[in-house]
Amino acid sequence: MSLPERGSAVRRVAGTAVPLPGDDVDTDQIVPARFLKAVTFDEMGEYVFYDERAAADGDHPFDDPAYQGARILVVGDNFGCGSSREHAPQALLRWGVRGIVGVSFAEIFADNCSSLGVPTVTTDRETVDDLRGFVRSNPDAGIEIDVVDERVVYDGREVPVGIDDSARAALVDGQWDTTTMMRANLDAARETAAELPYTDTKPGGEP
Amino acid sequence: MSDGTLYDKVWERHKVEELPDGRDQLFVGLHLIHEVTSPQAFGMLRERDLEVAFPERTVATTDHVVPTVSDERERPLADDQAETMLSELERNVSEAGVRFFGLGDDRQGITHVVAPEQGLTRPGMTVACGDSHTSTHGALGAVGVGIGTSQIRDVLSTGCIAAEKRDVRRIEVTGSLDGWTSAKDLILTLIRRLGVDGGVGHVYEYGGPAVRALDVEGRLALCNMSIEGGARAGYVQPDETTYDYLRGKPFAPEGEAFAAAREEWDAVRSDADATYDDVVTVDADDLEPVVTWGTNPAQAVGVTEPVPEPSSLPEDEREAARTAQAHTGVTPGEPVAGTAVDVVFLGTCTNGRVSDFRRAAAVLEGRGPDETGAVGDGDPVHEVADGVRAVAVPGSETVRERLEAGGVADTFRAAGFDWRQAGCSMCLAMNGDELVGDELCVSSSNRNYVGRQGSTDARTVLASPATATASAVRGVVTDPREVTE
Repeated sequence: MSLPERGSAVRRVAGTAVPLPGDDVDTDQIVPARFLKAVTFDEMGEYVFYDERAAADGDHPFDDPAYQGARILVVGDNFGCGSSREHAPQALLRWGVRGIVGVSFAEIFADNCSSLGVPTVTTDRETVDDLRGFVRSNPDAGIEIDVVDERVVYDGREVPVGIDDSARAALVDGQWDTTTMMRANLDAARETAAELPYTDTKPGGEP
Repeated sequence: MSDGTLYDKVWERHKVEELPDGRDQLFVGLHLIHEVTSPQAFGMLRERDLEVAFPERTVATTDHVVPTVSDERERPLADDQAETMLSELERNVSEAGVRFFGLGDDRQGITHVVAPEQGLTRPGMTVACGDSHTSTHGALGAVGVGIGTSQIRDVLSTGCIAAEKRDVRRIEVTGSLDGWTSAKDLILTLIRRLGVDGGVGHVYEYGGPAVRALDVEGRLALCNMSIEGGARAGYVQPDETTYDYLRGKPFAPEGEAFAAAREEWDAVRSDADATYDDVVTVDADDLEPVVTWGTNPAQAVGVTEPVPEPSSLPEDEREAARTAQAHTGVTPGEPVAGTAVDVVFLGTCTNGRVSDFRRAAAVLEGRGPDETGAVGDGDPVHEVADGVRAVAVPGSETVRERLEAGGVADTFRAAGFDWRQAGCSMCLAMNGDELVGDELCVSSSNRNYVGRQGSTDARTVLASPATATASAVRGVVTDPREVTE
């Protein structure tokens, strides 16, 4: 499955889902540090939840045949806390995840997801628990994250979800890759820099 | 919304434009890069044929994968992957014209140790780095944020990040820290109270008498672990302590330029009538040294206090507490003190600075907490207990050389510590320094996640350098007050 293409609008993510139990899942769990010794992200999909999957000996949602091909990940509170490693969302993306529903997300993780065109949407714990239960009972059921209308659709229900206004706008407009947009303001950035008290060149005062 | 805080002022100064999606384009005053999270970003730049826009505002060092054993630092490194990462970084900084403190440079070390001690981090700056502990730089009155690799690409090619303003929570710390209780014990207490996700959506402004009284290295430890509490940034107002620290640092302004900069630094402080989104007050009086009992930094307790029974915790924390206690092997109702220790690790961007090692050395020399000025001129009265592997890894080569020159390194060596060269080392175990099997490590680092220090069966107890050192001496988790009084 190809990765989201730069400049493409992400209005909705539809597909089957995979439920992940627990809260405060940190990015060390998502990709252990020893797999960060690579100068590209290409192989990261192989390392997603590596140690937990090894410990579970096949009994991990990411190894469950029922959830293979899932595009939506359902998580608890404070998902993606800890290290800023983009390897974590890159690994989830390369495994197949295209959108995440959770109670809450750590900020750096959510930013990294936005930079990759992966929506992270939030809802209350009750809904997350209900959604996880529904997915466990109906692993083949189609779920939809509707970014435009800020809702998750499953089991004949439409549940409102939260998403950062700016993340939503960036995804819907296909402007989630911010480099081009900010590069257009390079002259303005140079002007801002010139006005800062510490960027003029003076001996000893500069990096 | 906050108004008139340091955060508001820094934001306003660095704002370039409002982006179409509603975020602000913020200029980054200091961009720090290292070998693990930047090569992919340089790769993206090549793919898109973009150059580095502000190479003079970027500084590189190498920390995550470097060996800390001296004779393993010869190039090429024995670990092919680590060697590739260093070579890649060297190629990138050389092509882009970025200042680089590489292996062999006497300024090499952990980004968040190097930039403050070189005077690169200064009040009122924005600092970004592909590392979550960039919050550290707030100690000098800067706003530091950890970013991912796509954002590193943004900073390299535009000098900016796209960011959304957060709420500002003032954390007022009344009373005073005393004895062996340090900034580390304070931040673990704050995280215990506010939770590992308590700071999501917030920036923390630390203030009050206990924070004012901290030296800059203590403030660095405090701000460093803001991210463990979910706050992407945390800062302390610049004051005389800050200015005394900066004066004479290699990249700090000098003479008239320093006086001029000082006026700017004063101006960036939060106004007396600043508006905060939230205020939390914590009393530092009567805090005792803190240790963690679980697998996240909020699972913390005073070293002599009983580990909580999971059933006594809020309902949504109970299952995680049971799982964590099953992993660490602590007994609810009993204190962590007394638990057998296999490894003690001193160092990291949290506690790898000169004052951290001086306090640890004071424990080894049997001195009181106020006698750290005298360490290094005597033999240790305590040695590392039999069967304990004790490793001391300075946060930078600058730190190491200062401790060598002051005799403190000799204290560690004489006491039986393995005294190393600078790097991240056993904090995240990328460089071969790691725990094996189910070893229990008392660590001056910042994360006790399962598997963080290498083995997935290993256990981490986070603590201050003094507590970790007292534990090395006794071979069990030990209150430093017991060893020196």
